Amino acid sequence: MSNLNTASNLEKVLKAGHIGVTSECGPPRGSDADEVKEKGALIRDYVDAINVTDNQTAMTRMSSLAACVHLKLMGIEPVLQMVTRDRNRVALQSDILGAASFDIPNMLCLSGDHQSFGDCAQGQNVHDLDSMQLVQTVRYMRDEGKFLGGDDIKRPPKIFVGAAANPFADPFEIRVPRLAKKIACGAEFIQTQCIYNLDKFKEWIRIAADRGLTEKTFVMAGMTPMKSVGMAKYMKNRVPGMDVPEEIIARLAGVDKSKQAQEGIDICVEHIQELKEIKGVSGFHIMAIEWEEKVPEIVERAGLYPRPEV
Amino acid sequence: MIIAEKKPIEEIIDEVKDFSRILILGCNECVTVCEAGGKKEVEILASALRMYFINKNDEKVIDERTLERQCDHEYLEELRSSIDDYDAIVSLACGVGVQFAAEKYLTTPLIPGVNTVCLGANEDRGLWTERCQACGSCVLARTGGICPVSRCAKRVLNGPCGGSTNGKCEISKDVDCAWQLILDRLKALDKMDDYEKIAPIKDWSTDRAGGPRTVTREDVKI
Amino acid sequence: MKIPTNFRIVRVPCTGRVDVIHILRAFEKGADGVYVVGCMEGDCHYNEGNFRARKRVEQAAIILDKIGVGGERVKMFNLSAGDGPLFAQYSIEMDTKIKELGPSPIRLAKQNKKDAA
Repeated sequence: MSNLNTASNLEKVLKAGHIGVTSECGPPRGSDADEVKEKGALIRDYVDAINVTDNQTAMTRMSSLAACVHLKLMGIEPVLQMVTRDRNRVALQSDILGAASFDIPNMLCLSGDHQSFGDCAQGQNVHDLDSMQLVQTVRYMRDEGKFLGGDDIKRPPKIFVGAAANPFADPFEIRVPRLAKKIACGAEFIQTQCIYNLDKFKEWIRIAADRGLTEKTFVMAGMTPMKSVGMAKYMKNRVPGMDVPEEIIARLAGVDKSKQAQEGIDICVEHIQELKEIKGVSGFHIMAIEWEEKVPEIVERAGLYPRPEV
Repeated sequence: MIIAEKKPIEEIIDEVKDFSRILILGCNECVTVCEAGGKKEVEILASALRMYFINKNDEKVIDERTLERQCDHEYLEELRSSIDDYDAIVSLACGVGVQFAAEKYLTTPLIPGVNTVCLGANEDRGLWTERCQACGSCVLARTGGICPVSRCAKRVLNGPCGGSTNGKCEISKDVDCAWQLILDRLKALDKMDDYEKIAPIKDWSTDRAGGPRTVTREDVKI
Repeated sequence: MKIPTNFRIVRVPCTGRVDVIHILRAFEKGADGVYVVGCMEGDCHYNEGNFRARKRVEQAAIILDKIGVGGERVKMFNLSAGDGPLFAQYSIEMDTKIKELGPSPIRLAKQNKKDAA
């Protein structure tokens, strides 16, 4: 994994053997670019790259690509998230080239939440490709320099390609085989679903490591600090594929309401410290949802600051 | 078979209110089996419409007829001699039958009396569920006989997605995760190794994406 | 107890034989109300005939509501075969109910038409 395929800072950090750190920034529900820029400015020095979500939970927002461009123009490295829900293979390839034209060097390929969760529940979904096939597509465009249709691409996109993994979705027995499939499709890095059940995550990554999968890709553990016990309960009961153990809820419920947010940050920091030592964990993806200002504190306290210069 | 669902009677009333001679036309095939547009449903709809308009002091001629099939020239021709007796036809056939009748009888308005829902099975009394989307290139041999195109809300060919919980789909606790069903089948067939085979990017040109589809059989044509 | 005489009994081998169309036709022909009397639930000789009848009565009521006739003009009753007094009681109940509601609008419309002709 030592040869660099792209100009991505994230790729460099991970391949140099450092623990990578990414965070995310959700584009606004409007056209004010300042919201993106402010979030970017808050966390830029504490991460190697910033994911920009693509109409997450199927709520219509500023396009991920446009928000990535705003960050890129500030000198911040984005990870362009792209879902297969809203675009067919023409639009996907076209947006990949658009991103590459701004030298956006990272992409995360996803299928996307079903549109029934969002503000356009009556809309069509596309799913011309699935997330694995999107990974294959980006790799094909980059490595073969060709469109899916077979024609040559002038200046192929140089993009470091990632995929998501959810160690907690059902059924558990195919969670590692599924990771293997994503790697076989060409995923160079993996960002996981938010981890709260450390035992289950460790079990997952141990099986993956035993199969040699963690040697073939960089697994970045997903972390989302809880703001309150209410959020923890919501995540446990309402968010598909989320595993929040009772002890997390009990711990948050055990402190005064005014201190729950701080307790949530503490839990997050402790979890990062614990997982840093686990074989196969190459980095952390900190998703502080509408709470970006806490990312610096988490990164610092977890011992991940300053970020390496590579 | 083709699964259809009766349209609300208010909607049909609104469509037919300006006509005075109306034929309610059923079909003896799929819509009879799924109890949406067979002879029985024709009788009920016709009776209800007659009463509605009598009650409005707007008595109409509302006749009933059910053909063997509405997707076949042969049976639709049976209407030829009486077609001019009507100002409009309410067809309780699937969308295929309605259109075929419309093509045949150019000057007679055709009103659909059912919503055509899907290609499905009669899973239980009063329960019909989708099984096929007629994508035109069947993948069932590779998915344990369970269709991810019609039964996965994201038609994910390399599933399940991260939203699969306790065997159910993220869109509803009442919807089975197609990929859970596929995995259960692969396990039962002792073919779990097949799970790691990557499904290639699908050719959707045989789906509706490729435009209206036809099957031409030179060996059958006369 | 006196059984009202202003209704016609249509005998069926089992209420499971009664379909929505039979109920609607009765109204179309001018009935002011229809009641279906089946065996006690759980006692059907054909296991579920009376359950089917109940569903169909419900469907007919919905249609009658939608076309302005009134779903309350149709009702399902259950009793055991030998219970004559209960049959009488249900008949009186239905008769009273329909008299409260007055004549069916379909019968009135047909009558008006006849008078005009």
